Amino acid sequence: MEILIYGIVNSFSLALVAIGFTLVYGISRLPNFAHGALYVVTGFATWTFIHSLGLPYGVAIPLALLMTALIGTFIYQFVLIRVRGMEMSEVIATYAIGLAILETLRWAGFKGMTYTLPTFIEGSVEIMGVPVDLQRIVIIAVGALVVAFLWVFTHHTRLGLALRGIAQDEWAAMMLGIDSDFTATVALGMGSALAGLAAVVLLPLGNIVIEAGYSVLIFAIAVCIVGGLGSWAGAVLASFIIGFAQILSVAYIASHFHMVVALLAIILTLIFRPSGLFGRQKELEERV
Amino acid sequence: MEQMLRKERIDRGIRVRTEGIYAISHWQELTYLILPRLLLIGGFLLAPICLLPFPYWQRIVSIICVYGLLAISFDFLANFVGLVCLGGAFFVGVGGYVAALLNTQLGLPSVLSIPAATIGGAAICTLLFLPCLPLRGIYFAIVTLMYPLIFSRIIEAFNLFGGTDGIAGVVSFPNVWLEQYVIISLTLFGLFGLRRLVNEDIGLVLRGIKDNDQAVKASGIDITRYKALAVFIASLLGCFAGAYLAHLYMWAGISLFALDFSIMPIAATVIGGGGSLAGALVGSLIIVPISELLRAFGTLRIAIYALILTAFIVFRSEGIMVYAQRKYHQFERWVKV
Amino acid sequence: MREPILRVSGVSKAFGGVQALRDVSFEVYPGEVFGIIGPNGSGKTTLVNCITGFVRMDAGRVLFKGKEITGWPPHRIANEGLARTFQIMRPYYSLPAYKNLIVPLYSPRARKMGGWRGGGKMGDRDTVAVDILEEIGFERDSFVPYKPASALPTGYLKRLELARCMALRPELIICDEVFSGLSMSEIASMIPLIEKLQMGGVTLVMIEHRLKELFRVADRVMVLNFGEKIMEGTPEEVIQDERVKEAYLGTEEGRDA
Repeated sequence: MEILIYGIVNSFSLALVAIGFTLVYGISRLPNFAHGALYVVTGFATWTFIHSLGLPYGVAIPLALLMTALIGTFIYQFVLIRVRGMEMSEVIATYAIGLAILETLRWAGFKGMTYTLPTFIEGSVEIMGVPVDLQRIVIIAVGALVVAFLWVFTHHTRLGLALRGIAQDEWAAMMLGIDSDFTATVALGMGSALAGLAAVVLLPLGNIVIEAGYSVLIFAIAVCIVGGLGSWAGAVLASFIIGFAQILSVAYIASHFHMVVALLAIILTLIFRPSGLFGRQKELEERV
Repeated sequence: MEQMLRKERIDRGIRVRTEGIYAISHWQELTYLILPRLLLIGGFLLAPICLLPFPYWQRIVSIICVYGLLAISFDFLANFVGLVCLGGAFFVGVGGYVAALLNTQLGLPSVLSIPAATIGGAAICTLLFLPCLPLRGIYFAIVTLMYPLIFSRIIEAFNLFGGTDGIAGVVSFPNVWLEQYVIISLTLFGLFGLRRLVNEDIGLVLRGIKDNDQAVKASGIDITRYKALAVFIASLLGCFAGAYLAHLYMWAGISLFALDFSIMPIAATVIGGGGSLAGALVGSLIIVPISELLRAFGTLRIAIYALILTAFIVFRSEGIMVYAQRKYHQFERWVKV
Repeated sequence: MREPILRVSGVSKAFGGVQALRDVSFEVYPGEVFGIIGPNGSGKTTLVNCITGFVRMDAGRVLFKGKEITGWPPHRIANEGLARTFQIMRPYYSLPAYKNLIVPLYSPRARKMGGWRGGGKMGDRDTVAVDILEEIGFERDSFVPYKPASALPTGYLKRLELARCMALRPELIICDEVFSGLSMSEIASMIPLIEKLQMGGVTLVMIEHRLKELFRVADRVMVLNFGEKIMEGTPEEVIQDERVKEAYLGTEEGRDA
């Protein structure tokens, strides 16, 4: 029973972390390797707003999210827009920016185990005999809300439909007047904000460390590869598969197995089903 | 009336004459061809001797060669085979750990452990990269990025091979000159060897894989096998670098999987000029000393390289070596339209 | 009744919601020139991709020389003796023309088949490459084989593409629109080459838009429309068929035929 609950929590955590990445890739084919850095920077920004600027929690969070979204749009406007289309350069450039952010933070003194974020709600509740922190319930709630919101957004709002259009067929969408640069900027802003959201919801469970930037990137990519790059449904499903696999292995084999599971998931997917669960077939097979 | 001008680039006369090997008869033409190479080889071979009073800088030369090897292997894979490997640190880590294990567990001396680690490590790396090879360029890049990160975390989590402490007590080199010249000669050998390889028939097959892999497949060639061969060659260079470092520092630990080894070779290649293997070496010649000078900034160094790398990529600079080659071989002039 | 060298049965392929091929079957006999025609979008190139292993079929089987090659990877099919040209050519532009042939000469099949002029070892690949180009029609003593591929006009590039196939010493070549993009005189000089190939024992399957030229060389022709085979027969039969005329009606190709 414990496993079920923690499995669900873990899965939603993974989903939160991965959905920003898969959103950006699905819409604009941009692999945002600064995703992990954006996650960490939001955490530290929130912390700084609370402790150095004395802002209340309720203000610090939206402010940090906004800041991260802005950083995302800057990344697009100043860097990615010039290398759009050259995939290799996109990967290297975003990875380099992510590195720059993370290592600058490390140099600026954000090291060690002392940085924590307060939880939203204190206390815990008992579900079927298992004590569960309320923060974990929050994670599930936020995760479910985000997925639902994205679904509604992309199916029922003009901007969302435009994003979906670009995701499905960029050229056709452009011919219908949808501006590819604008949607990419929006997508990157949203993706960054989602990374930040994942940060503020997940980080209260532990502390904010720079290494998380790299771990988050690894997990996001693992989820996206297993689910199929660009597929939102796939990402959600993959988060559950990997999430439960991680919890089960930690319970029955050994702790610290999160990474191994991620690695195995990537390798197994690549061997047996390279385009992932719901990936579009064209992804990995080139058309002649 | 405005005079419209355009820039014209013409090969220098001396280059045209040296195009075919049988056309060289004059010592001027010979010098034109040989001088740059001679400078490079001579410079590297003489460096340890010239730097004798500065052992710190002697060590720097060795490190330049280590990063040079990694940069050359990155350049080879990325610009000649089309495989962008963002996880060069993986080769270093595997090579280093294998060498350290062979040395501490089996008692092999460095003369044996380094070659064994090079070849054995390369075999292990190729095997682990095998599932990724059929993937298109960008997916390969993504997955190779993961490998060193994941493996270092696994080692740390399971406390394998000494965990965060690493494997200590690896023997050093029998003598200082050996320590220096082994790496220098192997770097030069790797550089010129690969340059030769890419112009041989098998090099053409590899370049074909990069340019147009559909046509190569339709010509009856098993792409995965040749990609594996290319990865094996590149990992030979990388694992050698790792094994060397293990013996140099007399220690092997997860820092061998560090980002430094992944990012700096990429920066070196981009700055030095991708596509000309020598550019990778030139790039590391520039970056490593700068990195040492920036040591005071701690990990900010990585942030700085990352930004420089981004700038180079965004502005699509061709790199120093490519620029230099162009200037050497051609001259430009303004011509009336 | 001769055994067919290529037997394709029941090939179907859908991309997303579009059914590109629906239950296409045909047979090709050794030594003949078999044409495949159809309006734009009828699935001709997809059919080639399915047969040669570049695209996985949803259903269907392909037998080559009696062997089942369904689902084989492209390089294995090429090594079996079934070569194909590409409609959009991307030669290795910076390399000289004859160096473009080094890659196919490196394949296991070429190495097994030996030198171009008679059996035995391969010999120097460069020499063999220039020999092949000469067969194809590049004048040997001129500098054409040594020019970089970027300097060659389209006619020569098409020949280079055929030479790439020939380096494999194939038994069957699928030519994907070799006549497209060529002027009338260039086509006129290609036709003897096609005939020479056929006389050399190579079976040809030609996908074409230029019907007039194709009908001069083809023995039998198959017509595709919207992914389905609507007719198969000699060129004369095909020209007169009502369904074929309907399929082409209103398109430029219809007027040409």
